[in-house]
Amino acid sequence: MSSTKLYLYTRFERFWHWAQAALIIVLLVTGFEVHGSFSLLGFGTAVTVHNFCAWTWLVLYAFIVFWIITTGEWRHYVPTFVKMFEVIQYYMSGIFKGEVHPVPKSERIKHNPLQRITYLGIVSLLVPFQIVTGFLYYVYNDWLAFGWALNLFTIAILHTAGAFAMLAFSVVHIYMTTTGHHPLSHIKAMFTGYEELETKEKM
Amino acid sequence: MLTRLNTYCSRFFLVMAGCCCFYIVFVETSFGNQLTKEPDKTYGAEQARKVSQPAKRWVTTDHSRHTVLQQEFASPEDVTKACLTCHNEASRQIHKTIHWTWTDPADSEKLMGKNGLTLNNFCISIHSNESRCTSCHAGYGWKDGQFDLSKEEAVDCLVCHDTTGTYEKFPTKAGYPAIKPTKFGKKTFQPPNYTVIAASVGRPTRTNCGVCHFFGGGGDGVKHGDLDSSLFNPSRELDVHMNAEGANFTCQRCHSTDAHFIAGRTYKQPAFTDRRSLIEDDLVKRISCESCHTATPHALGHKANDHTDKVACQTCHIPAFARVKPTKMYWDWSTAGKMKDGKPYKVKGAHGKASYMTKKGRFVWEKDVQPEYFWYNGKMDYLLVTDKIDPNSVVKVNSVEGDRNDPDSRITPFKVHRGKQPYDSMNMTMGIPHLFGKDKAAYWKGFDWNNALEVGMAAAGVPYSGEYGFVETEYHYPITHMVAPKEKTLACDTCHAKDGRLATLAGFYMPGRDRSGLLDFIGWFTVIAALIGVIIHGIMRIISKPKEQ
Repeated sequence: MSSTKLYLYTRFERFWHWAQAALIIVLLVTGFEVHGSFSLLGFGTAVTVHNFCAWTWLVLYAFIVFWIITTGEWRHYVPTFVKMFEVIQYYMSGIFKGEVHPVPKSERIKHNPLQRITYLGIVSLLVPFQIVTGFLYYVYNDWLAFGWALNLFTIAILHTAGAFAMLAFSVVHIYMTTTGHHPLSHIKAMFTGYEELETKEKM
Repeated sequence: MLTRLNTYCSRFFLVMAGCCCFYIVFVETSFGNQLTKEPDKTYGAEQARKVSQPAKRWVTTDHSRHTVLQQEFASPEDVTKACLTCHNEASRQIHKTIHWTWTDPADSEKLMGKNGLTLNNFCISIHSNESRCTSCHAGYGWKDGQFDLSKEEAVDCLVCHDTTGTYEKFPTKAGYPAIKPTKFGKKTFQPPNYTVIAASVGRPTRTNCGVCHFFGGGGDGVKHGDLDSSLFNPSRELDVHMNAEGANFTCQRCHSTDAHFIAGRTYKQPAFTDRRSLIEDDLVKRISCESCHTATPHALGHKANDHTDKVACQTCHIPAFARVKPTKMYWDWSTAGKMKDGKPYKVKGAHGKASYMTKKGRFVWEKDVQPEYFWYNGKMDYLLVTDKIDPNSVVKVNSVEGDRNDPDSRITPFKVHRGKQPYDSMNMTMGIPHLFGKDKAAYWKGFDWNNALEVGMAAAGVPYSGEYGFVETEYHYPITHMVAPKEKTLACDTCHAKDGRLATLAGFYMPGRDRSGLLDFIGWFTVIAALIGVIIHGIMRIISKPKEQ
């Protein structure tokens, strides 16, 4: 099997990917500790670290959104149904038969239809949802002053539900990185920026 | 078009850069403060330090030079008469206070108080037991129901104003000191030298208050758990305000006084009702923590400041009570009266304290006790001896008032003293036993509950049917003394945990303690399903690989 290299991920793109990865991991760990699932840092420290990471991510998120809009990268997140069925079929059967991915990566198409819809959903729904519910949770003591008649239980439940969704996504996402040309090639690409592409010719 | 877009973009970027700078400042002030920096001196702490500085007092008299005090006093009443020649309002001021009336001045019906119809689950009531109980009364000669509460010379000035430490009331003499050297237990009580004591009277010290309040219930630390003889000279660890190396507070530092009226909680009346601090009003009573420390006593941005609306300072700052001396936690009167060889006896238990006494029954003493927590608005409700009870459930001799929806209520630590005590099983009212006295009816002489209850309840003026039983009871004391230094306060996860200290307080969501079981089930199910899914997918890829080649 031979391969060609394609520069797909710019420096800032790689930075925000890994920065978010780190933030998500720390937020999940500290968040579930605050939730009471386990005891690791101690409740007080977990809250402080969680809040710090949340603010960090909020700033980073603003930069990412700005970058995606201004660089035109948003085009890669426009949802499409073209070849979606083929991609689903590929992951359900083709991958076991050694077939070639129906939507090969290119400079024009960085994400397959499944990735597009997932990433768009996360960046435009799940993350803002976590920001909003998390912020409401954070300003709990000022609800009365703001005149909000909210219930902490409801807010906490919503925020936790978002966390579970993020955790489930992370599991699948991490697994999917192993489906490249080589089990580590997608991960490597997120460090170097170069994605190795499978070529049509076979040995 | 393109250049305009460019301008917008660069403007947006500038705004973002601005946000970034703002963010760095924010992190510096909030996060930095919480994790790395020592809390800055806050205004509350500053104010507290100011208050704790030794006050310059304008003492304008030397009592040893008053000729009226330079005499041989025949009786303690004569001392009081001498005091009143100058302090001619003092007795009348005392007469208005709970220290004198033993009923709550805030209760117009005079039912609340030791001289009213309330009870406890220690020695239960003073009625018919006056000469023993009133050894702590700030007055002389209250030995039965006939005591004249309007007598001015009966006020005991010295018990509060003696600075020599030699003035002592005799335990069984209704507030009188010994007339000649008299033995009580292992201790011999000496008659006071009134001339010396009167020459050196002064403002009350912690010892003056402590000789009664540290021995509530008739012994060291028996009643309160946060007031015992360890506070005569406490370590910093035990009480950060009262330790001698620190501020060395007297009781009046917080229990501000005004013409012999001493600020503090009485039966129906909260210790304080407004939450103003000295910053807002320099004449405010210093009785609450907030008076000196304000409602936001911690460093700016510290999460603990957000807790003061729902959690009393004491909850985190008094991690345990009875930290040095043990306190009584359980008292079972129903087991009293057993004899050994026809004689009353005592059994020594844990902490060197009696675990059984023929006179009083079975006890449990505990040290370093974790409080119980309740929503508390500063008011307590007291059962009266005339109130009907349900003997099938635990009778709350007093109960804590407050609710999580009440803005005046805070989660507050309590000592709950549990016990078993007599009740009238026909009338369904609590019983008042006649315990102390030389007569046969006194329980501690005759060991007959029926006789004791008949005489005791008659003295209180309440009916007794002649039938008695024993009922489980609870008595609640707010824990507010023995404030630990800041490094010994409770950590967040003492409460923010599934089985934490606040596990029993229901009806509100607390992070770390509460969760939705359904959401957790669905959430973890989804995550585990995803994990199993990808594992199966991965295994299938590995298995199918050789086939391909």
